Amino acid sequence: MLSFILKRLGLAFLVAVTVSLISFVLLYLSGDPAIALAGEGASSEDIAAINVRYGFDRPMVVQYGAWLLSALTGDFGESYYFKMPVSSLLAERLSVTMLLGLCGISFALVTAVPLGVLAAMRPNSIIDRFALLLSVAGQAMPSFWFGLILVVIFSIKLRWLPASGSSTWAHFILPTVVLGYYAMPAIMRLTRAGMLEVLSSDYIRTARAKGASEGRVLFKHALRNAIIPVVSLAAVQMGFMLGGSIVVESIFALHGAGFLAYESISRNDLPTVQALVLIFSMFYIIFTFTADVLNAWLDPRMRSA
Amino acid sequence: MTHSSSALPPDPLLQETLAPTPAERLRRRVAGHKGLLFGGVVLGLLTIVALFAPLIAPHDPYAQNLMGRMQPPVFLDGTWEHILGTDHLGRDYLSRLIYGARISLLIGTVAALISGTIGTILGVSAGYFGGRVDAVVTFLINVRLALPVVLVALAVVALLGGSLTVVICVLGFLLWDRFAVVMRTSTLQVRNRDYVTAAQAIGGSTPRVILSEIMPNILNNLIVVITLEMAHAILLEAVLSFLGLGVQPPTPSWGLMVAEGKNMMLFEPWLVLIPGAVLFVLVLAINLLGDGLRDVTAPEGRN
Repeated sequence: MLSFILKRLGLAFLVAVTVSLISFVLLYLSGDPAIALAGEGASSEDIAAINVRYGFDRPMVVQYGAWLLSALTGDFGESYYFKMPVSSLLAERLSVTMLLGLCGISFALVTAVPLGVLAAMRPNSIIDRFALLLSVAGQAMPSFWFGLILVVIFSIKLRWLPASGSSTWAHFILPTVVLGYYAMPAIMRLTRAGMLEVLSSDYIRTARAKGASEGRVLFKHALRNAIIPVVSLAAVQMGFMLGGSIVVESIFALHGAGFLAYESISRNDLPTVQALVLIFSMFYIIFTFTADVLNAWLDPRMRSA
Repeated sequence: MTHSSSALPPDPLLQETLAPTPAERLRRRVAGHKGLLFGGVVLGLLTIVALFAPLIAPHDPYAQNLMGRMQPPVFLDGTWEHILGTDHLGRDYLSRLIYGARISLLIGTVAALISGTIGTILGVSAGYFGGRVDAVVTFLINVRLALPVVLVALAVVALLGGSLTVVICVLGFLLWDRFAVVMRTSTLQVRNRDYVTAAQAIGGSTPRVILSEIMPNILNNLIVVITLEMAHAILLEAVLSFLGLGVQPPTPSWGLMVAEGKNMMLFEPWLVLIPGAVLFVLVLAINLLGDGLRDVTAPEGRN
């Protein structure tokens, strides 16, 4: 187990370093960041001043090293647009996104797991068909469109829920549904497939034969084993949700990290964008690493992988 | 086949010929798969609409008419002149939707081809050569998965400027991960089969073994991933354009149409509902086609 964790940790570290390099280089794609910052009509003196001020005149490797070192200490520089340290911006915005992500994944699990279990109990029944329909539709539904439809129905027509903002818990309901709905199909399919496999195994037949109640068989014996891959999938989905939060937060004007990403990208705020790419990737790496370890802990067969 | 007379005992060879051929069995499975048929027909129709857009569209999708802005569709007391109404600049909505099919399908197809080429090369080499090549490719896949697609795509498009070419390239270079994963696993499964060993034993060169022994046997998986990634690319383009950092106006992209209708959503919800619904149907059709192809071509289903 320890060697498994160390191996995964080493891989995660290498991936993290590579990703940091990519997120650094990415923003030099446009050419000279000083020109982008100074604007179209800037004089060469302005550009030179900006070069010195932000250190763009140093070699790329030095810039990368300096950026990474200060990033490790939590210093991502100053936001060009918000005129404040990127780290405090992030601290402020990430809490909203983490809350939204937790709500989203909880919503997805609470709806998708029971649905998957029900679908597996009665394959090809109406419930199974309904679950399949929901997952096929969910995969094809553009998230921004789904969000706007919910706004039209629940905010404009019924006036039940606010359409934008992040001040009360009611503001989180629609974004949670949109973000969670996105993760549902995969979780449901995996629960259903896992349950189907487990339900046909010998130990379930034994449990039934010795007279265990159906509820006990399903939840105590079957779901426990079927849920193992779902746990790690949920962790990976959390990582994807950070990306999804960009769309959802811009629709509902939730002031989280996703909305910050949209704002900083549209305003050419390079330090903020760089920090966000790095942070989002790090979260994904941490989530998948946790998922791997969880999996190995729950299912000893995975440790050899 | 007509020479057998009723006096003779049944000819075993004839029985053999009367049994459904593999092609016939495939045809029957296709005909019995509703999702596959629906997906194929809808995608086919939309492709025809996209190809012949200039002949089908009733109006010029770019022609503005500021006197006739936001006319409702015909089912909301509109006129047959503009069947699906007009947008905030008085452009015919139906014509813009028809031209929008071109954008979506073009982006989906080309992005899937680029990412498919990258992913297949990486995945097949990882599966075939194993060892260090596999380790490097697996590492690359991990790195790619760690990068948030929407964020990176938005940032790159913003830096390079939103145009059709940029969006296609960005999506093509970002979406190869599933190709690499699936092609790697599929290659691993066939790499040690007897026919591959035989081809290697008679001295077939590596490219030859890969192209004529491996590829034909993993092609069905490749086609399935192509459809899924096409749908993925189409959805992502819509997201980018919706956020204003994808295809730029006045190009009739469906995602952009939803974004333009968003401000009038309070009074004219159909401006948002119609392009979104078309996008939904196209992506649904491609996904169903992909799922159906997987069901129909799966080796387990062959007998």
